[in-house]
Amino acid sequence: MASAADLDIHHTAYLGPDGEPLQALPESLSAPESLVALYRDMVFARLFDTRAIALQRTGRLGTYASLLGQEAVGVGVGHAMRAEDVLLPSFREHAVQLKRGVQAEEIYRYWGGDERGSDFAGPKEDFPVCITVGGHTPQAAGVALAFKLRGEPRVAVCVMGDGATSKGDFYEGLNAAGVWQLPFVCVVTNNQWAISTPRREQTAAETLAQKAIAVGIEGEQVDGNDVVAVAAVVGSALAQARAGRPALVECLTYRLGDHTTVDDASRYREDAEVSAAWQRDPVARLRLYLTNQAGWNKDREQALLAECEQAIERAVEAYLETPPEPVGSLFDFLYERLPEPLAAQRKALLGGDRG
Amino acid sequence: MATVAEVNLLGAVNLALKRAMTEDERVIVFGEDVGVDGGVFRATDGLLQSFGPKRVLDTPLAETLIAGLAVGLAAQGFRPVAEIQFMGFIYATLDQMINHASRLRTRTRGRLTCPMVLRAPYGGGIHAPEHHSESTESLFAHVPGLRVVIPSTPADAYGLLLSAIRDPDPVVFLEPKRLYRQVSEPVEDDGTGVPLDRCRVRRAGSDITLVSWGAMMHETLAAADALGADGISSEVIDVCTLKPLDTATILDSVSRTGRLVIVHEAARTAGFGAEVAASVAEAGLFDLKAPVLRVTGWDTVMPLPRHESAYLPDAARIVEAARRVMAYD
Repeated sequence: MASAADLDIHHTAYLGPDGEPLQALPESLSAPESLVALYRDMVFARLFDTRAIALQRTGRLGTYASLLGQEAVGVGVGHAMRAEDVLLPSFREHAVQLKRGVQAEEIYRYWGGDERGSDFAGPKEDFPVCITVGGHTPQAAGVALAFKLRGEPRVAVCVMGDGATSKGDFYEGLNAAGVWQLPFVCVVTNNQWAISTPRREQTAAETLAQKAIAVGIEGEQVDGNDVVAVAAVVGSALAQARAGRPALVECLTYRLGDHTTVDDASRYREDAEVSAAWQRDPVARLRLYLTNQAGWNKDREQALLAECEQAIERAVEAYLETPPEPVGSLFDFLYERLPEPLAAQRKALLGGDRG
Repeated sequence: MATVAEVNLLGAVNLALKRAMTEDERVIVFGEDVGVDGGVFRATDGLLQSFGPKRVLDTPLAETLIAGLAVGLAAQGFRPVAEIQFMGFIYATLDQMINHASRLRTRTRGRLTCPMVLRAPYGGGIHAPEHHSESTESLFAHVPGLRVVIPSTPADAYGLLLSAIRDPDPVVFLEPKRLYRQVSEPVEDDGTGVPLDRCRVRRAGSDITLVSWGAMMHETLAAADALGADGISSEVIDVCTLKPLDTATILDSVSRTGRLVIVHEAARTAGFGAEVAASVAEAGLFDLKAPVLRVTGWDTVMPLPRHESAYLPDAARIVEAARRVMAYD
C-alpha cells in the first residue's frame, strides 16, 4: 500500500465576517497603511463594477460579467504578485487586473466591444481575459515553462472559476505544472456558481483544492472574502512557485451578482442564499476591521469614496471619448503582414464594395 | 555551411528542425515521444542529443496541453514547434488553435503574438490503425489567423517548414505521412526557406489544370503522365499553403487551360477543393470550357486499412475525371 498524499486541505482565515481578527495578522499585512491600501483597491474594484453595470444598463457597455463579492480575491492575488509575474485571468477577474495596473478605461473598452481594451499600457505580458473556461490553464503552463527555461524568477498566475476545475484543460495544465515543477500558481475563485450550476453539481470532491493532490502539487483553501488571507496564502504559494514548486489555492467566495448582465440569477438561486452571502461581504469585513482596529472613520471613508469615484469618472470619460478604431483594423492584426490573398477583402471592406 | 543530402520527406523535416534550432535558440520542440524516442516516425530523431532537454521536451499525453503550451511559450517570445502524433488526435487542440492561437494577435492588437508551428502527420495510405489516417485540413483552413501548410516533396518539406517556423504567426504544418519514406531527393541544407502563401506550379501544361496537395500530388503527377501519353498537356499545381490561398496562380493557370480538376484525399463535402472551385467560379468562370470536377475521398468515415484503397483517390480516378473534362469542346 502506498501513502499517496496528505489528504488534509489546509484552510486559512485571518478576519472573521464581523471584521474581528481570528488570529494575529501576518507581519507584512498588519500595518494599517497596508490594509488601507488593500481596502482602497477593493472599494475601487466595487465602484468600477457598479459603474460597469450602470453603463451596460444605459446602453453604453456590452454584456458584462460582474465581480461583485469577489473583490478580496482579486486584490489579494494582485497584491501578492510581482510586477514581472504574468497573469492569465478568466473573464470575471477585473479586480486583479486593476491591481496589476490594467486601466479601468481599458477594461471598459474591452467590455464595450473594442479589442484595443486588451492592449494594456501597463502589464505588457499579461494575457487578455480567457472567455473559454479553463482554456488558459495549459497556456499558463506554457508561460511558466518559458520562465523556467530562461531561468527567470517569475511566476505564471492563472485565475479561474470553480466551473473550470471540471474541465480537462484545467487538469492538463495543472498536471504539466506538477510534472515539470513549473513556477505556476493556479488560483480558483470558487464563487459557488457557474452560471446556474452550483458548486455541488460540479464535482463530488469535498474541496476543489484537493484536485492539486492528483497531480502531485500542493493545494489549499483560503477564505476568499478575507483579503489578508488571500494575500498571505497566495504570497506563500508564489514564493514556493518561484522556487519551482507549483501550487493551487482555492479561494472560497460568493458571486453576489448575476453571471453577467444578460443573466437573471433569481431563476436558479434563492434570495435567502444571496442575503446570507452578503453577511460575508469582503469589503464590509475589512472596513469593520479598520474601524475597530485602525481608526477608520466616516470622514476617511467619504474621502476614499470621493477619490475612487473621481478616478472612475475619469476612466468612464476616457472610455466614452475613445475615438472609434478604423474598420480596417479587422484585417490589420490578423497576421503580422496581411497576406496578399486577403488584401482584396480589406480593400472591399474599405472601398464599400462588399461583394 | 550548406550540405546536400539525399533525404526523404521525413529526413527533410528532421533537417529543417535541426537547422531552425541551430539558427534560432528560441525554437524549441515538444510533443509526445519526440525526445528520447525521436518521434514515432523519427521526425525528431537526434534533436534531444543535439540540443538537450531544455529545447526538446517529451510532454505528458495531452494534446490540449501541447497546443496550449505552444500558445503560452509563443506569447513569451519562444518559437515553439509542437508535434501532434497523428492528425486523428489533433481535434483536442481545436479550442487552443481556434479560440486562442489564431486570435491572440487580433485580440491584443498585436501586444501578444503567437509564432508557433503545430506539426502533424496526416492522411492515409500506410495501412495505419483507426484514427491514424484522416485528412481534415479544411477544419484549420477555415480559421482566420491561421496558416495551413502542406508539403509534397522533401525539398518543400524542408523549405516550407523553415518558413513556417520563422513566420511570426501560427502555422498548422501537415505532413503527408504516406510520403514520409516514399520518395527521396537531394535537399540542400542551406537554410533557405520556401515562401509561404504561394502555390507551386509543379508542371507547366496547356490543356487542363490539375490542382492538388500532399500525398495526392503524386497520384496527380502520375495522372498527368498518363494523360500526356495521350497527348493531353496538364498543368499541375501544388497548393502548398491552403490558408491563405494563392488564388492568383490557380486563376492564371485556368485562364490558359480553361479546364480544372481538383484532387484531395479528404472527404468531398466542405473539403478544401470546394474553396478552390468557388474561387475559380467567382473570378474565372468565363475562362472555363468545362465544369470543374473534384476527385476526392468519399463522404464516408475513413475506412480501416482493408478498404483504404477504395477510399483514396488514385491516378486512374484522376485520369477519368480529366477525360470527362476534356470531352467538352
